[in-house]
Amino acid sequence: MNLMTARTGGLAALAIVVAVAPVGFSNSYFYDVGVNAMFNAIVCVGLNLLIGYAGQISLGHAGFFALGAYGSGILTERYGVPAIVALTLSAAVVGILAFAVARPILKLKGHYLAMATLGIGIIIHIVLKTEAGITGGPDGMSLGNFKMLGFTIKGDQMWYWVTGVLLIFAVWLSLNLIESPVGRALRAVHGSEVGAEVVGVDTSSYKVLVFVVSAVFASVVGSLFAHKNGFITPDIGSFFGSVHFVTMVVLGGMASVYGAVVGAVILTLLPQLLAVVEQYEAMILGVIMMGTMIFMPKGLLPSLMIKLKSREAGR
Amino acid sequence: MSLLKVEKLSKEFGGVHAVEDLTFTVETGHIHSIIGPNGAGKTTLFNLITGVYTPSSGRVLFQDRLVSGMKPYELAALGMSRTFQNLQIFFNMQAIENVMVGHHLHLDRRFLPSLLRLPQVTRRDRECRDYCAGLMEFVGLGKYLDADAASMPYGALKRLEIARALAAQPKMLLLDEPAAGLNATESREIDEVIKKVASSGVTVVLVEHDMKMVMGISDQITALDYGRKLAEGTPAEVRANPEVVSAYLGTNG
Repeated sequence: MNLMTARTGGLAALAIVVAVAPVGFSNSYFYDVGVNAMFNAIVCVGLNLLIGYAGQISLGHAGFFALGAYGSGILTERYGVPAIVALTLSAAVVGILAFAVARPILKLKGHYLAMATLGIGIIIHIVLKTEAGITGGPDGMSLGNFKMLGFTIKGDQMWYWVTGVLLIFAVWLSLNLIESPVGRALRAVHGSEVGAEVVGVDTSSYKVLVFVVSAVFASVVGSLFAHKNGFITPDIGSFFGSVHFVTMVVLGGMASVYGAVVGAVILTLLPQLLAVVEQYEAMILGVIMMGTMIFMPKGLLPSLMIKLKSREAGR
Repeated sequence: MSLLKVEKLSKEFGGVHAVEDLTFTVETGHIHSIIGPNGAGKTTLFNLITGVYTPSSGRVLFQDRLVSGMKPYELAALGMSRTFQNLQIFFNMQAIENVMVGHHLHLDRRFLPSLLRLPQVTRRDRECRDYCAGLMEFVGLGKYLDADAASMPYGALKRLEIARALAAQPKMLLLDEPAAGLNATESREIDEVIKKVASSGVTVVLVEHDMKMVMGISDQITALDYGRKLAEGTPAEVRANPEVVSAYLGTNG
């Protein structure tokens, strides 16, 4: 029962924050940053299922994000496919690709898994860069608005509301999964693989499943990002992009859905606030990552929750 | 009727024969203990039976079906579950969730209904929670229903593993040193739990060093030394066997 109220309460709080935040938005630039923060948040909610809950790492998710973006770009611009069909097809292809690579690489653990996923991300990045005939190469490609059923999503404000609804939907899906038998099995894989196996959990299949789910999350957001931005370059799939996503998850809180959202929002806003020191962004990210690991390895949100709880208990 | 048959089973680790040419059977409904000095190959044997290791040679039959080479999760589906000498608890989860993972095979675990939180999934899951709370009471963990696994003492975690294994509703339960590291009182309580499990119709295979417990509850004992079978029989027969005595106590001179 407690869980039920925490669940609906959390979703309601998120909805309120999304709805109320624009009160402080004085121009469309704020909406633009807000949309990007929520795009990142959705990717991180998916990635957190893999990293935080199932205990696997991926340093290649920007690659899946970029594949979604380019899939949509190529299908809509070159072949005139409707945007929603292009998004779905791209997500399906990314899902199949993730499925194909997942079984061999998820046999690996720790550093080896990190290296293998890193490799996949880099390969995707290179292919997007060099296959200029299809992707436009390093110069990038532009694409049109997202149209669906005679309705066009355009303008930062409209994108903000669409993305807000999608974020709440993504959080809802993620919470559902975690609280289901499937999600319990995923967390058990993190706890002890052999312990889970001997009571009937097919651990490799679950690892593959969560890898595919998180890749599809990234792909869908990539497609939307491409339409929103109107222009994409291969660098959205760079190694730095993948590290960015992982840092968001780690900072916000592993194995915490809302933590992933918080981490994504903070790290999207930070460069805006520190625009002056742009050339040091990578360094600042590194410092944040190290600081989080050393001082609050559970991440921002879970650490705060623990502190709050112990304060309440102290009373 | 025999539930488990182990035939000429061997496992080598780089030239070391951890288990060698071992043959024995476990009868349905029995408490069957495997004893032997440290390094005799007991845990390796468990890992071979439950699919954690694949045998170098020989075979394992469960309900007359060849199961050697199968994965642990496939064996769990056939009705075999186990505990571990060195705990394999999900420390990132609540105690009751640990037990609920044990019930995994009996739940609706389709992906889409889970993702959409369909009512049938949540209803089955609530029933599962009640069922697992019952199992925790059964093994004497009633006061840990709301606890995180990470906050529980060692003795309680041992029982939590038993509850998790029982949640899979096995036909055969393999317990790897359930009393190791427990004090006399806790050890007696585990003893009671094992008897209750056996009387509920589950066949128990037990690895244990606590001879008082083994001699008290076993129907059948197999004694190992250096991976080979040293003796087998009822507790009285095994206790009287001179080879067993010398393996445990050493020979004179």
